[in-house]
Amino acid sequence: MRAESQADTSREQRQRDVVAALSQVLPRETILFRHEDTVPFECDALTAYRTSPLVVVLPHTEAQVAAVLKTCHNLGVPVVARGAGTGLSGGATPHRSGVILSLAKFNKILKIDAASCTAIVQCGVRNLAISEAAAAYGLYYAPDPSSQIACTIGGNVAENSGGVHCLKYGLTLHNVLRVRGFMVDGEPVEFGSQALDVPGLDLLSIIVGSEGMLAVTTEVTVKLIPRPLLARCIMASFSDIESAGAAVASVIGQGIIPAGLEMMDRAMTAAVEAFVHADYDLEAAAILLCESDGTPEEVEEEIARMEEVLKAAGASRCEVSRDEAQRLKFWSGRKNAFPASGGISPDYMCMDSTIPRKRLAEMLRAIQQMEVKYHLRCVNVFHAGDGNLHPLILFDAEDADQMRRCELFGADILETSVRLGGTVTGEHGVGVEKLNSMCVQFSPAERAQFLGVKRAFDPLELLNPGKVIPTLHRCAEYGKMHVRRGMLPFPELPRF
Amino acid sequence: MSTQDPVLARLVDRVNGAREHHAPLEIRGGGTKRFLGGLPAGELLDMTDLEGITSYEPTELVVTARAGTRLGDLEAALEEQGQCLPFEPPRFAAGGTLGGMVAAGLSGPARASVGSVRDHVLGVTLLNGRGEVLTFGGQVTKNVAGYDVSRLMVGSLGILGILCEVSLKVLPVSIASATLRFDWDETRALEQLSQWAAQPLPISASAWHADRLHLRLAGARAAVEAACVRLGGERTDPAQARDWWTRVRDQSDDFFSLDDARLARGESLWRLSVPAITGALALPGQQFIEWHGAQRWWKTTADAALVRAAAARAGGHATLIRGADKSHGVFAPLSAVLMRVHHELKQAFDPARIFNPGRLYADL
Repeated sequence: MRAESQADTSREQRQRDVVAALSQVLPRETILFRHEDTVPFECDALTAYRTSPLVVVLPHTEAQVAAVLKTCHNLGVPVVARGAGTGLSGGATPHRSGVILSLAKFNKILKIDAASCTAIVQCGVRNLAISEAAAAYGLYYAPDPSSQIACTIGGNVAENSGGVHCLKYGLTLHNVLRVRGFMVDGEPVEFGSQALDVPGLDLLSIIVGSEGMLAVTTEVTVKLIPRPLLARCIMASFSDIESAGAAVASVIGQGIIPAGLEMMDRAMTAAVEAFVHADYDLEAAAILLCESDGTPEEVEEEIARMEEVLKAAGASRCEVSRDEAQRLKFWSGRKNAFPASGGISPDYMCMDSTIPRKRLAEMLRAIQQMEVKYHLRCVNVFHAGDGNLHPLILFDAEDADQMRRCELFGADILETSVRLGGTVTGEHGVGVEKLNSMCVQFSPAERAQFLGVKRAFDPLELLNPGKVIPTLHRCAEYGKMHVRRGMLPFPELPRF
Repeated sequence: MSTQDPVLARLVDRVNGAREHHAPLEIRGGGTKRFLGGLPAGELLDMTDLEGITSYEPTELVVTARAGTRLGDLEAALEEQGQCLPFEPPRFAAGGTLGGMVAAGLSGPARASVGSVRDHVLGVTLLNGRGEVLTFGGQVTKNVAGYDVSRLMVGSLGILGILCEVSLKVLPVSIASATLRFDWDETRALEQLSQWAAQPLPISASAWHADRLHLRLAGARAAVEAACVRLGGERTDPAQARDWWTRVRDQSDDFFSLDDARLARGESLWRLSVPAITGALALPGQQFIEWHGAQRWWKTTADAALVRAAAARAGGHATLIRGADKSHGVFAPLSAVLMRVHHELKQAFDPARIFNPGRLYADL
């Protein structure tokens, strides 16, 4: 008890010191530290993890960002940068002794340059806002994570966000030219350039997807591409998941790169149909959405080839969108998969692993067996074209045992993905959520090398510490727990 | 990749030996790009025994091969399945390897439309300076588990580690292609390329030299034919077109040759990487423009400072590709903060500084 109150007292003292130091460089109203003011910053979209930050700052100039970083660096205070807080892996979960650096006020589009097909935007600009501003020039920003109405480009850079169109148009990394920001000590820095490459090491590659652990991004130059003249979508039904999985491989094997190639299983289809009423085929074991975009000539040619391949692969029904309204209707269910799942279960946990495409059916079967093993339902929606899975495990967080089984279920999916030659996260990031899974995917020497990269940018480990790279101790504990857990429920069931 | 592999085990021994004896290594595949970067130094470490395609599944659009695999073998295996390395890495001569391609990080004519080598690397297994075999990335296109170390290796000229195995994203060969010729001067060509870039056209490459623009279209048959009609120009015979783009890709066109006599006269070949919309650059000598204006080759006697200043003014940088005098450095100097990060990364991967010393920057 006494130790606890001493800790509280020293935290309060620390808070006073940090607020006093920050008050020297920031207007008072941009510094929040009272509990009621900092509550909204306690978590990102991974709401199960909450931490109260020491202080929250909301600077509105780059000079202020530099000053905040310098101040925190001098005091040895951790800094967690935050955009819109839509991340699903806890990348913006606060550090208990740290400062949340909210970049929400950096929300200006600085330049849309139609001549060079680029946009220069501040880090807090929303993903969709870039495409909206570029629309007047017939251009758009290609990566379209499902949270694109709300998520910011700075967050996209931190997570290397994808979306349904990245099979053809690439991830954030492939669509960002330059990142401007600050090193941990407040020194300004630029990665990448307006040209297509830079001298020396390709540091932009490592900044994109570094989850705010290497530098703080304040401004981003993105590539814009011409908006396709036409897009059409095929909705294909399959009576078993094996043939749906094989159809995905056939499309790619025939040399077709669809603009989007998505799969939903029967349970997911039923959930979204009840939610959006898009006339999905409820009899199908799996539905594929396969999209073509480009010039009208290209689309006509490609849709015909796609239809042929899908039918040959055993599609029981193939419907091609007649017009834009119908195409959007086809997509409406896919885009509402997460909220629809919220409608059929009190809670759901979204997984994000990636596996080689050819293992899709095998993975789905494995998940079906896990549903039995953990006594929980799971609905599946996949970015099938690039093997990125989003199984949604349905559970009730009020029920501690369900919560526990759900975590085991999730860990099982991730480990199965690694075993099938995949990765634990395709686009949502590691954050705090998948720290344990990193112990499975990477060896101690590989994790030590990640730490070496981190320290090359941030020697004192003050930028978003504790994320992405699990400690040796944590992995050792996870290893032990794992063996124990393997003995726990239903030992009679086969593992695969 | 298993450390039980005898070839890999020998490499680990060489690295451990080099570290213990402070004897740097020159990592070499086919030796086709030794002219790039600072002068090679150190004991030769031949990578060509570490060869062979590990896995290739056309429906996955992914190929994994050991780093010493000959580029020619790799491309032949892809061609059999109607696929290719879409970024068209320059080969310069026969015998180059996959590892050399990644370490050099050079992309060919299609780079401006399909992306670079970097964009297509999915994962690597590397051997760091501590003799540890490490795997980063993987064989799937979407992967954000940990920092993207595999892409950091692209263009690193081997200073961080020895590439052992690489996974690449590959693409189907385009169904149709056509090459158009336009007799335009530099200004007209650059203007037109910039306008086309903002339109949904199936342009896959461009090359301008000696008042002639060559434009390659690739994609669906209907799209290529429609674009040919729309853009005009004169259509190049397909066989000639293939030959032309190969000469551009491999820099075997006369423009790129610099014999000893020309080198002795102080002529150098520079690569300027600038924003595509940059107007005509004023330098003495001859020019060859690619990537819709984003890559400009200059054969010039201008001194390094002048060339670098021209590139920097445009917001880009200049690299000395071939020249007698490399005393002013090959790559453009970095800001102090970026140089510090380079030093720290070198320290993190190769603390004993045994890999390719001086190849990227003099003191790395």
